[in-house]
Amino acid sequence: MSKIGRFGEYGGQYVPETVMNAVHELEAAYSKYKNDPEFSDELRTLYRDYAGRPSMLYFAEKMTEDLGGAKIYFKREDLNHTGSHKINNVLGQILLAKKMGKKRVIAETGAGQHGVATATVCALFGLECEIYMGAEDTKRQSLNVYRMNLLGAKVNAVDSGTATLKDAINEAFRDWCTNVETTFYCIGSVMGPHPYPEMVRDFQKVISEEIKAQILEKEGRLPDCVVACVGGGSNAMGAFYNFIEDKQVRLVGAEAAGRGVDTDMHAATMAKGTTGIFHGMKSLFLQNEYGQIDPVYSISAGLDYPGVGPEHAYLKAEGRADYVSITDEEAVNAFEYLSRTEGIIPAIESSHAVAAAMKIAPQMDKNQILIINLSGRGDKDVYSVARYREVEINEE
Amino acid sequence: MKNRIDVCFEQLKRENKKALITFVTAGDPDLETTEKCVYSMFENGADIVELGVPFSDPIAEGPTIQKASLRALEKGTTLDMIFGTVKKIRKNCDKPLLLMMYVNTIFRYGTEKFFSLCSECGIDGVIVPDLPFEERDEITPYADKYGVYSINLVAPTSHERIKMIAGESKGFLYVVSSLGVTGKRSEFTTDFSQLLAPLKDSGINCPACIGFGISNPQQAAKMSSYCDGVIVGSAVVDIIAEYGKNAPEKTGELIRSLKSEM
Repeated sequence: MSKIGRFGEYGGQYVPETVMNAVHELEAAYSKYKNDPEFSDELRTLYRDYAGRPSMLYFAEKMTEDLGGAKIYFKREDLNHTGSHKINNVLGQILLAKKMGKKRVIAETGAGQHGVATATVCALFGLECEIYMGAEDTKRQSLNVYRMNLLGAKVNAVDSGTATLKDAINEAFRDWCTNVETTFYCIGSVMGPHPYPEMVRDFQKVISEEIKAQILEKEGRLPDCVVACVGGGSNAMGAFYNFIEDKQVRLVGAEAAGRGVDTDMHAATMAKGTTGIFHGMKSLFLQNEYGQIDPVYSISAGLDYPGVGPEHAYLKAEGRADYVSITDEEAVNAFEYLSRTEGIIPAIESSHAVAAAMKIAPQMDKNQILIINLSGRGDKDVYSVARYREVEINEE
Repeated sequence: MKNRIDVCFEQLKRENKKALITFVTAGDPDLETTEKCVYSMFENGADIVELGVPFSDPIAEGPTIQKASLRALEKGTTLDMIFGTVKKIRKNCDKPLLLMMYVNTIFRYGTEKFFSLCSECGIDGVIVPDLPFEERDEITPYADKYGVYSINLVAPTSHERIKMIAGESKGFLYVVSSLGVTGKRSEFTTDFSQLLAPLKDSGINCPACIGFGISNPQQAAKMSSYCDGVIVGSAVVDIIAEYGKNAPEKTGELIRSLKSEM
């Protein structure tokens, strides 16, 4: 990092003055607690006893045989409590919020996984919780809306703009500006103003710490390739982080190409984005020549975001990680493939990583190792995939 | 050439008057109406006018200005077209003009190109609500080079930051009236004497103007008693939303009523 809160030219703290003291307060609290043994112990205990960590590293024997290339392992973040990697970050942030004496928590959510995780941990800690979710996404993920309500959270459907994740973040920022003195904003990905990208990555890096120990135990060596899906990029940063210095490990992020990167219906920030400043950070964004943020599209509500975390923009600029774009069709195929081949229904977000791996693994040698970060489970996506396949499911 | 904002505040001070700063979203409902509204506001007592550059995702705005931005963008309003309108206005008017906009618009346009055009067209200052003091280097080198003021903002949560921010202010200090986003407010709970005390204590001379939520003559009168001027935005935008192309006259009436109480 060139200066505080920067990853090369990316990152920074581009937020209204109203929340600058809150951002500084968070920075101070985070740097105090991140090296505090008591905080680390508490978090480790929550990870183990509440979230169910460490998550398993599973050898996908049938998929390996079928593809005939590298040995494929899954990091089973889908088996965490609440069904995705999002719980790792939320436990960290809400524990911090509690230490800071905050009584109210807000969060944005796309697919609903971060919203569910936040609502869950707020229930656990007895904190008031309000979730912002694009109105479009509340329709795509109505089950998660009900789940959040069940957990005691209030869900606000956001109608403005494209009524998806970007707009939910806008509205969460506006709430934060209004209620900054009482409210902790629990951002769900490695994005936003410093210290969020760094802090969320630190709470997610447990994924690659565990992968490293587990693969060394199983194979006695590091993997050759780690693949993860990228929306904002938190599960990918978590899965990549402890391998960044191991230059022989190829890091691949799979972003959402929707109906194709050459259509106007995609969310492929890495392939098509340009540098901009939005949502508190300098990073890559899908935008027009005047800096208006583009409407984006993906079948996956969790990858449906016009930007990406600044550390990913940096890893791309440095050539340390590769980013590939996966279409809706490829992701749905991977969703179905994994369900049949391994008996695991992956989240439609994670299916983008599976689809990328299905292209990469056959090009690799049989003695090589590829790890897919299976960031979430796909129960929530069954209706969307059925709709995509034009199969009618009676929801009664 | 002396910045028009400084000229304006010096004159107001001599006359012992407070500044009335008003806002319209450029291109809502179209740029011709925006131009007429600017003239009408100046004719009826506005001292400085802010032109809002519409942005797809204005995180510091409440619903009123969000909708205005959307209307302007749907009309195809771009920054280049706004510069064109500013050039036209400058042929008829020598009062201070500001752009209120989000940092991405400047960055994406090219920061140096942007400020050189501001200078060429006659823009005196910019207000960028998502560019805090710590990130000011993003624009100030070019703003300074081309003599355009970047207006600093402080908020009720700024506390010890106020002195630092006010110390480097140019033109005037934009004091955000209360927590939250732009839009009308029925009451203000901020203690302005306390909020603005650090300015008096440290002898900072920069004029301070209060904005966010001020919509009627009573509020304008009360708020201007604490500082050197008030900023009115959403109330103007509401009139434009209601009257569209017929808004210039109605906008003028609002400005006249605000100014009469100040």
